[in-house]
Amino acid sequence: MSKMTPAQLAQLEARIAEVWEVGTRLGLRPFPTHFEVVPATVMYEIGAYGMPGRFSHWTHGKAYQVQKTLYDYGLSKIYELVINANPCHAFLLDTNTVLQNTLVVAHVMAHSDFFANNAYFARTSRRMLDTVSLNAERIERYEFEHGEAEVERLLDAVLSIQEHVDLYASEEEDEPADTPPARQPKPYDDLWRYDRSAERRSPESPPRRSRRRPAEPSRDLLGFIRDHSPILDDWERDVVSIVRAEMQYFIPQIQTKVLNEGWASYWHARIMRELDLSADEHLEFARLHAAILQPSPRRLNPYYLGYQMLLDIERRHGERHLFEVREVENDISLIRNYLTRELVDELDLYLYERQGDELVIVDKDWEAVRERLIGELGGNQTPVILVEDGDYEGNLELYLRHSWDGRKLDLDWAEKTMEHIYRLWGRRVWLETRADDESRLVLSYHPREGHKQHR
Amino acid sequence: MFSISLTRDDWSLHRKGAIDQARHMQKVKEAIKQNLADIVSEQSIITSDGKKLVRVPIRTLEEYRFRFDPNSYPQVGQGEGGSKVGDVIGRVGPGQGPGQGKQAGDQPGIDYYEAELTVEELGQLIFEDLELPNLEEKRLRELESEAVRFTDIRKHGPFANLDKKRTIRENIKRNAKRGNPRFGELKNDDLRFKTWERDVKRESNAVVIAMMDVSGSMGTFEKYISRAFYYWMVRFLRTRYDHVEIRFIAHHTEAKEVTEEEFFTRGESGGTRASSAYQLALQMIEERFDPESWNIYPFHFSDGDNWPSDNDLCRRLAEQLIERSNQFGYGEIRQGRYAYQSTLMHTLERINSPKLVTVTISDKTDVYPALRRFFGPEAREVARV
Repeated sequence: MSKMTPAQLAQLEARIAEVWEVGTRLGLRPFPTHFEVVPATVMYEIGAYGMPGRFSHWTHGKAYQVQKTLYDYGLSKIYELVINANPCHAFLLDTNTVLQNTLVVAHVMAHSDFFANNAYFARTSRRMLDTVSLNAERIERYEFEHGEAEVERLLDAVLSIQEHVDLYASEEEDEPADTPPARQPKPYDDLWRYDRSAERRSPESPPRRSRRRPAEPSRDLLGFIRDHSPILDDWERDVVSIVRAEMQYFIPQIQTKVLNEGWASYWHARIMRELDLSADEHLEFARLHAAILQPSPRRLNPYYLGYQMLLDIERRHGERHLFEVREVENDISLIRNYLTRELVDELDLYLYERQGDELVIVDKDWEAVRERLIGELGGNQTPVILVEDGDYEGNLELYLRHSWDGRKLDLDWAEKTMEHIYRLWGRRVWLETRADDESRLVLSYHPREGHKQHR
Repeated sequence: MFSISLTRDDWSLHRKGAIDQARHMQKVKEAIKQNLADIVSEQSIITSDGKKLVRVPIRTLEEYRFRFDPNSYPQVGQGEGGSKVGDVIGRVGPGQGPGQGKQAGDQPGIDYYEAELTVEELGQLIFEDLELPNLEEKRLRELESEAVRFTDIRKHGPFANLDKKRTIRENIKRNAKRGNPRFGELKNDDLRFKTWERDVKRESNAVVIAMMDVSGSMGTFEKYISRAFYYWMVRFLRTRYDHVEIRFIAHHTEAKEVTEEEFFTRGESGGTRASSAYQLALQMIEERFDPESWNIYPFHFSDGDNWPSDNDLCRRLAEQLIERSNQFGYGEIRQGRYAYQSTLMHTLERINSPKLVTVTISDKTDVYPALRRFFGPEAREVARV
């Protein structure tokens, strides 16, 4: 594979203008978009970090290695990388043909339109490219000041719960004005613990409302730890804050993976058909399009599902309705509102599980498929963990509750994650979940006493 | 305000991904080092030809988070039309339990990280701080190299080394000066001889005498452990030292010197007389490895089940061996047996010498600690006493 020549670059530039003209005529309203042609190494690096310029951490290095290996063995080719920003920033692979990159440009134009118009992206920062670079610089400074090992341990802990942020949490805490100021931990707090629990039981003293107890159970575990951890230094709180802000930025992309990829695939197909392509190019395009939309027996291809659902919506409700879908839906609501029995049959969707050494289809009922899809998409693959109390037992212990939806936690992993949370909280960590629909199960962790299970 | 633009910049100095990748690889190595005890006695490595890639599961690099039990719920897949309940869409390898397998797999619940290393890379991690303990600068041995280099031409020398071409040329030259350029009337002054130099190498010498009990009482486990130990010892010596000689002795009631291949593959039967091996080792030292110029390291692996009548002789011979050696290592493999059943360990322990190092192995994971005990920094401390 050779790099694009200057002549090919010029050709691509003309194509980009064409794509933009066609897309705009058909109704797309993207952000201004900047394309950058990069070598493969840079492409898979950006793919591994999610964005160029993000902070250093070995997990990024691990993702980078996976990407690089897949690429080196020709198993995967990142076709497109586009950053939600205004102006939008997209990367094209130096070794692609002009036609491949034309298709990517058409695909990117629809993503850019989606970022600009979908309701779930309305609150995302459009300056994140700059922000992540500044964040990376701060973390680098902390590495210099506190040592790389110390920062790495902190990031290991923070990243283990990075998914537990609340997109809609406001920056200001909604606490009643008359709450007493936060109690600072004191060395002999343990001694008073029994006294105080006795006090709480007595009818004349109403339970204390500590600032460390959220008014409502909160999903914003990272935010709560940042604001209320009894042990974190200011720089550590800043690191928590950085991870939280970057994750808040990425969440809408997780929530709309199927719809966004479906939207981009729908539009690259339509735009490419409007372009004046040679016969060879038509063939190359058809091959690429088929490869992108290849269904997979074991894993859901979001491009395929989203594309097919949008075609179905267009058939049933007309093209104008598509623009409404791209504006108001996310993956969950898309599936709930538009996945039909006919479509499940047509797409041959099924549920499978492992039986012995075989993977066997166990269900084809469309409603069962729909419910599992909803469980797998839009961030629902992450269990909902609620902060119940940051002053549990009056002893500044952290009490978390897994919001039960019938799915069991991986307890082994939960215990390891609680060790990470302990690093951030410094007091005993509790996690309430269920062993099954009936029986409550409470886990606790403190390094002195290890992991405990209370039933 | 622009609406679209296209650029290509120079990214050649950009290497953030590579730096974080290096940190990740470093963590992989650390994780492997923590698991060396398990990896060292891995059967697939010991029986490999050494060129094999070794896959090492690394659980410490798992990115733990709250997640649902990956194997308790069905997954969604897509067919190509006409699929039915009961269709088999794929297989997972036998023995792959939940949470096992390779990382980038697309099977449910299979997502831990496996590093791939060559046996050589693994060896580097294992041997990092190992060395032959108590190595002394012995009287330097002069090694004559087989090849002789002819480096000069002289007028005198043995006729076997006569340089005929040059001699003829000298003769013609001399005749030409007298106006008759032809070959003839050879004189002594025309003769030219090649002379040579001998390459002499000097080095400190070491010999390792690996002795192994191959008697009937050595079960599969005992033999496996001895081989695992010697496998890594031999690799360690070959990697680290250019000129260490390794001799192999297998014994039951009689001992004999065997080739490396025989040592690692042959099984015997019969009773045990360890003295036979010590006798042969002493004889070897006597004939070929003068302690004045050799560092000598005998090692012996056995289940300790020696004939009681042989023990006194064993001790005397072992004492002589230790006297001539820099370190004598004895490894006893004892699985599910009682210490009093071992007679050889008792016998050897009565010898009071800091040069005698013994280990007891009862589990596969003890092989790595044994290597460290004989060759690690701790061993050097002991030997210095």
